[in-house]
Amino acid sequence: MAEKKLIYGNHAMVEGVISAGCRFFAGYPITPQNEIPELMSIRMNEEDGVFLQTESEIAAINMLFGAAAAGKRAMTSSSSPGISLMQEGISYIAGSDIPVLIVNIVRGGPGLGNIAPAQSDYFQSTRGGGHGDYYTITLAPNSVQELYEFPKTGFELAEKYRNPVLILADGLLGQMMEPVEFNFEPVDPKSLPEPEWALSGCKGRERRVVRSYDLRPGKLEEWNWRRYEKYQKVIAQEQRYEENYCDNADLIMVAYGTCARVSEATVKIAREKGYKIGLFRPITLWPFPQKKMTELAKKTKHFLVIEMSLGQMIEDVKLYTECRSQIHFHGRPGGGVPTPIEILNKIETILGGKK
Amino acid sequence: MKMIFGRPAGLTDTKQRYCPGCGHGIVHRLIAELMIELDIRERTVGIAPVGCSVFADEYFNCDMIQPPHGRGPAVSTGIKRARPECIVFSYQGDGDLAAIGTAETVHAAARNENITLIFINNAIYGMTGGQLAPTTLPGMRSTTSVKGRDIYKQGYPIKVCELIAGLDGPYYLERVAVHTPKDIIKTKKALKTAFQNQIKNNGFSLIEVLSMCPTGWGITPIDSKKWIVDKMIPYYPLGVFRDRSKEEK
Ligand SMILES: Cc1ncc(C[n+]2csc(CCOP(=O)(O)OP(=O)(O)O)c2C)c(N)n1
Ligand code: SF4
Repeated sequence: MAEKKLIYGNHAMVEGVISAGCRFFAGYPITPQNEIPELMSIRMNEEDGVFLQTESEIAAINMLFGAAAAGKRAMTSSSSPGISLMQEGISYIAGSDIPVLIVNIVRGGPGLGNIAPAQSDYFQSTRGGGHGDYYTITLAPNSVQELYEFPKTGFELAEKYRNPVLILADGLLGQMMEPVEFNFEPVDPKSLPEPEWALSGCKGRERRVVRSYDLRPGKLEEWNWRRYEKYQKVIAQEQRYEENYCDNADLIMVAYGTCARVSEATVKIAREKGYKIGLFRPITLWPFPQKKMTELAKKTKHFLVIEMSLGQMIEDVKLYTECRSQIHFHGRPGGGVPTPIEILNKIETILGGKK
Repeated sequence: MKMIFGRPAGLTDTKQRYCPGCGHGIVHRLIAELMIELDIRERTVGIAPVGCSVFADEYFNCDMIQPPHGRGPAVSTGIKRARPECIVFSYQGDGDLAAIGTAETVHAAARNENITLIFINNAIYGMTGGQLAPTTLPGMRSTTSVKGRDIYKQGYPIKVCELIAGLDGPYYLERVAVHTPKDIIKTKKALKTAFQNQIKNNGFSLIEVLSMCPTGWGITPIDSKKWIVDKMIPYYPLGVFRDRSKEEK
């Protein structure tokens, strides 16, 4: 069995990034994710990698653009306001079909908001976020183990589809301590081949150009349709989720990340009380696990969506349950975190008294 | 017949779309010649800005990337740090480098990032139709200062070389012009120094080129050259503002 260690979520993330063969980090300090760049500055130094504390998140995302366009695995991490600043850059990266990894440790918003855990960047993450027609593949870990594993998954998806990948977590997951199994062989960055589109100097080949613009009539439309096909492929192939007691449930909770952890505890208590409760956890927020959602809707009367926001993922749940079921919501915006008891009360209200 | 003057191999065959009398084409040619003379074309990555020279990614015969408006120095940093063996230059206008991208310019200089910035100062926003630039001269007309730049309402121009020279970081800063053959030769020499600095891993070089924009200025190409002499150079004096190779000796 692989080595197991008790570590913090943020640290697991850093080790996951290094083990994924990434040797380029650029970022700007922002709470609650500062442990990531702090540890990264040490680890990148040890691993002969690049660590850049930038003048802004705008600079950070554009450094990523450069490093990734040069064919290297590159990542940044930030929190909500910083991710907002990066949106123009992410749009260019998506429009140039360049793979990068971006971590958003979401905090309460809008505006400066607060530094408490939140899930209010779901729309921004799953609807493109910047200008133009594009999507970012979005992964939502709910454990320290997944914080370790998802950077590698993220880079693989990013490179497979030549698309930016986002990991969406929050400060609670980052600060959590859990045992982690280092369950994959670290990737040697030197073993990664140079992509056939990478900028590296045109010795012995045609010159390469990375760009997101095309002013020739009709050409940009063609590009966009090609990207549409790519997105359709991602939607068909990459829907990830976890289900817990979803067969024969009277009510299925739908939650990701921290809310999924709270809901897991709720399932236990509710089941002990005799409620037939299930939990559906989207792991990819884009693409949303729509096939399974639609399937579950055919046999489930109630869905309770739990989010640390005013209700954003609920729109996808409504969309993919195709009006078959009743959709309920329990939300805690602005940095609030729901408790199992709160959720249980909501369930009791929906299902009507004790079962 | 023997060819004695032609397109340098550092440029592609694509027809350039610059206006008659524009300075961009001259500077393109100099960079292209240097890529061949210094034998760096095959390891160069160039950055085309947002501005009239956005199409530079079609014109330079080397690997190219086109980033967001003003972010050339950040993208250059990413490429150079990821591939130190590459020669990286960022070609930028005054709106790109000295307005929206000021922070990236200043910080790349402060880090003494081992890259080459080529800064085309034509005192106007060419691409978007002649609006006020950070380098538009006091009293100079633009489409957003139709009565001339009012320093009380629109402030003063930014002298980029002087500004950056206030930092300890940058290795080499020079301002040149391209309105006469003699100045063009000087510009080529300055650009050569900048590329050589990068080849020798000395660090950050910025070459500011005072460049004609007859269209944006609303005058003829001939008058544009005179305008550089009469208006631009008095405000933006030519010369070397930093040369750390001299300091270190
Ligand atoms: C974020 C953003 N803001 C504004 C623009 C519009 N824009 C395109 S070019 C340009 C000005 C370019 O002027 P300059 O850098 O002086 O270059 P020139 O065209 O004069 O060569 C502007 C404002 C843009 N493309 N992106
Ligand atoms: S508008 Fe000015 S800078 Fe742009 S191509 Fe024409 S002359 Fe050159």
